[in-house]
Amino acid sequence: MSTLLHIENLGVTFPSRHGEFQALSAVDLQVQRGQIHGLVGQSGAGKSTIGAAVIGLLSAPGYVSSGQLILDGLDLRSLSPVQAHELRGDRISMIFQDPQTSLNPLMTVEQQLIETIQSHRDLDDDAARVRAVELLTETGIENASVRIKAYPHQFSGGMRQRVVIALAICTDPELIIADEPTTALDVAVQSQVLDLIKDLARRRDIGFLLITHDIGVIAQVADVVTVLRDGKLIEHGPTEQVLQNPSESYTQSLMAAVPRLDKKLARFLNPEETSELDPDISLQRAPTDRGEMAEEWLMAGVAREASSLRADNITVKFAGQRQSLWRRPEPFVALKNVSVEARAAKVLGIVGESGSGKSTLAKVITGLIKPHGGTLSLDGQQLPTGKTRSRNHPSRRWVQMVFQDPYSSLNARHRIGDILAEPLQHFSLETDATKRRQLVQATLELVGLDAGQIDRYPHQFSGGQRQRIAIARALLARPKVLLCDEPTSALDVSIQAQVLNLLKDLQAQFGLTIIFISHNLAVVRQMADDIVVLRNGQVVESGDSELFFSQPSAEYSKELLALTPSAFSS
Amino acid sequence: MTYFIAKRLLQSVFVMLAVAFIAFSLFRFVGDPVSQMTGVETSLADQARLRAELGLDDPLLQQFYRFSNNLLQGEFGYSYRTRQPVGQMIVERIPATIELGVVALVISLLVGIPAGVYTALKPNSFFSQGLLLTTLVGVSVPTFVIGIMLIFLFGVQLGWLPTFGRGGTLNLGAWETSLLTVDGWKSLVLPALTLGVYQLTLTMRLVRAEMMEVMQSDYIRFATARGISYRRLHYRHGLSNTLVPVITIIGLQFGGVVAFSIVTESVFQWPGLGLLFLESIRFVDIPVMGVYLVLIALFFVVINLIVDLLYAVIDPRLRVQKAV
Repeated sequence: MSTLLHIENLGVTFPSRHGEFQALSAVDLQVQRGQIHGLVGQSGAGKSTIGAAVIGLLSAPGYVSSGQLILDGLDLRSLSPVQAHELRGDRISMIFQDPQTSLNPLMTVEQQLIETIQSHRDLDDDAARVRAVELLTETGIENASVRIKAYPHQFSGGMRQRVVIALAICTDPELIIADEPTTALDVAVQSQVLDLIKDLARRRDIGFLLITHDIGVIAQVADVVTVLRDGKLIEHGPTEQVLQNPSESYTQSLMAAVPRLDKKLARFLNPEETSELDPDISLQRAPTDRGEMAEEWLMAGVAREASSLRADNITVKFAGQRQSLWRRPEPFVALKNVSVEARAAKVLGIVGESGSGKSTLAKVITGLIKPHGGTLSLDGQQLPTGKTRSRNHPSRRWVQMVFQDPYSSLNARHRIGDILAEPLQHFSLETDATKRRQLVQATLELVGLDAGQIDRYPHQFSGGQRQRIAIARALLARPKVLLCDEPTSALDVSIQAQVLNLLKDLQAQFGLTIIFISHNLAVVRQMADDIVVLRNGQVVESGDSELFFSQPSAEYSKELLALTPSAFSS
Repeated sequence: MTYFIAKRLLQSVFVMLAVAFIAFSLFRFVGDPVSQMTGVETSLADQARLRAELGLDDPLLQQFYRFSNNLLQGEFGYSYRTRQPVGQMIVERIPATIELGVVALVISLLVGIPAGVYTALKPNSFFSQGLLLTTLVGVSVPTFVIGIMLIFLFGVQLGWLPTFGRGGTLNLGAWETSLLTVDGWKSLVLPALTLGVYQLTLTMRLVRAEMMEVMQSDYIRFATARGISYRRLHYRHGLSNTLVPVITIIGLQFGGVVAFSIVTESVFQWPGLGLLFLESIRFVDIPVMGVYLVLIALFFVVINLIVDLLYAVIDPRLRVQKAV
């Protein structure tokens, strides 16, 4: 192995009205040929900025303010813009996160490949086409000579990422920067794509700079790893060593926050390092007077016995794509005879790949979709489904939801106080405005936020804080069942750990029944008492969570577990 | 796709029926047709006879059926003002308006799209800012003021271009064109420019906004990272992806330009449909107004259909759905 990319003392600065922001400072790293170099860190740590600096595509007004960037003896900082552009694709290439958006939707795969090949090699159309077909075959696309004529939207997500990789390697680059290449993919596809990357590194001797926030991915493919935080290098070394025996306390806390697939922990360790960024006022610590007030109020609401929710034989069909003028379109079956039970005061985990029907089930339970068949019941009482559930049916309050994306689930033009007071007012839980405000402040403290922030707007909070607000909003309706649809998949690991801790605490304290939907098996293991595995709208396996993780019975579940990358070798 | 087009065609039929009904109501209920056709000296008995002959005593639905049926067969009735068949009057005027509209459209696209791309790629350049400012003035000032200013400058002060009429025209069958003579072109330039300025500004600003958004997209970043030449990046990848929304607006605007070129036609005394409509309003020539209404509706419906078809041409996601 020889050194391909040498970065020394790299600094990147973003000037702004409020002074200069140092996105990276004094970063050193080396990538060898044929090596996969992992870059981890939380969002905002500067991982992607390193990639952008190397390929010369820093978004304006950012610029490289210090240090050296050397690609195989060539000083990248000394290149003119034209030279730098010629280098892109030719020697350095890039793979982006989302294969849905990184291909031009209006051009066929063939046109995009040929165009890229001809930008760097003097080949005629036929020769370029032959090469393009070879590349697609190499990246694992069967029947490439026919499928090359297709448009990107005709490929599935995983296949699209293969096309993206084919585009990235079609000019024989020496270095590829892969920016979260598998984050948007399901586990099974993720593992195939990672295998492909590993294979390319070995066979073609390509150096990879693999940027990801997923430590499991790093553990699976990276040879060496660099941990970043706030634009500074924290630790680097061979993957095994950094992940198993981290020497820096930040890496240790980061590792502690990663949900483990191999065992269930009572709570996540509270990463000390992040507490200064996002204070985790846990319930274990002495709650303030206000927090206690919210607690009492919530307890008074849920002091009855806990509730259980059953869904029996739920079937949901959506109208299919019309193929002919005269025939009715074939309906698409999203859920087929799905039965689940969320036991009282327990957490039911629902897992499955994208398209398995997880979110559709959530919508059925909350009464947003009317199923074609099946029944729902809460504590043995049948619930009307879909629109037949009237707007003021009590179950609209009893079943509350926390959504995936805390950025879009809070109205950006309302103050936090108004957002949180809404359920109180709407369900007539508290008619006095002053008391409502007190209760909202108390609940803010309960979920670990400062009561003084009540008059702020959602954009003034971080993602994790917003998810806490979303949880507080659900709690203020005094729900019997809390439905969380991928509540942490938009969050960084340490923030995820805090939010999961909060949910666990609330569940233990108030005896809430929680339905927890996630594609991340490790997260579900940490949360769930019972588990349901969905695939293509059908239940593959259901039962006790711990039993499932130790002895999965269905073949599909075993596969899913085997494919989930784990940061911890068992 | 076939299903989509069939659905659109069916919708268009309903739109046309609705407009025809409005035109019919105009004819039937705005004033009494008989009293407008006859003078004071016509006896009441004669008036009643005329009323029966025209079928004005028949049930309303039957009258509407007859009205629509006549429209479909190209029987548009006679003008109150000139006593000529309305169909013939319209056919004589259509070429002038279409030519004016098309030339205005071409000008606006030829200037608007490149200007939009330029201002999107170099948003801070002096020229971009100047362009944006000038065109803003262009839309803020009413069309007739622009027309009058152009006439004053090029027609009166410099004396380069004629200020009214179509100039020299040639007959290609029933189509009277001014596009084949130098004189015709000279007469066309000013009105087309006046009519096109608004659309030009709109096109430019729309292309600019869409283009700026597209240039931020992942596939452009990926294509940049692959080292594709900037020219291809901007036009092949960038511009083509901005076209869908741009075509929608341009299509609708073009309908508006042709339908409501009334002001421009009246400023330049351009013998098109707009001027005809204006004259008809002055003389309460209801048959002409009714047909004009139906015709313009048809025009909009056809343009919308073309726009829908263009979507499919541009965007393969609408054309090919099957996975491979």
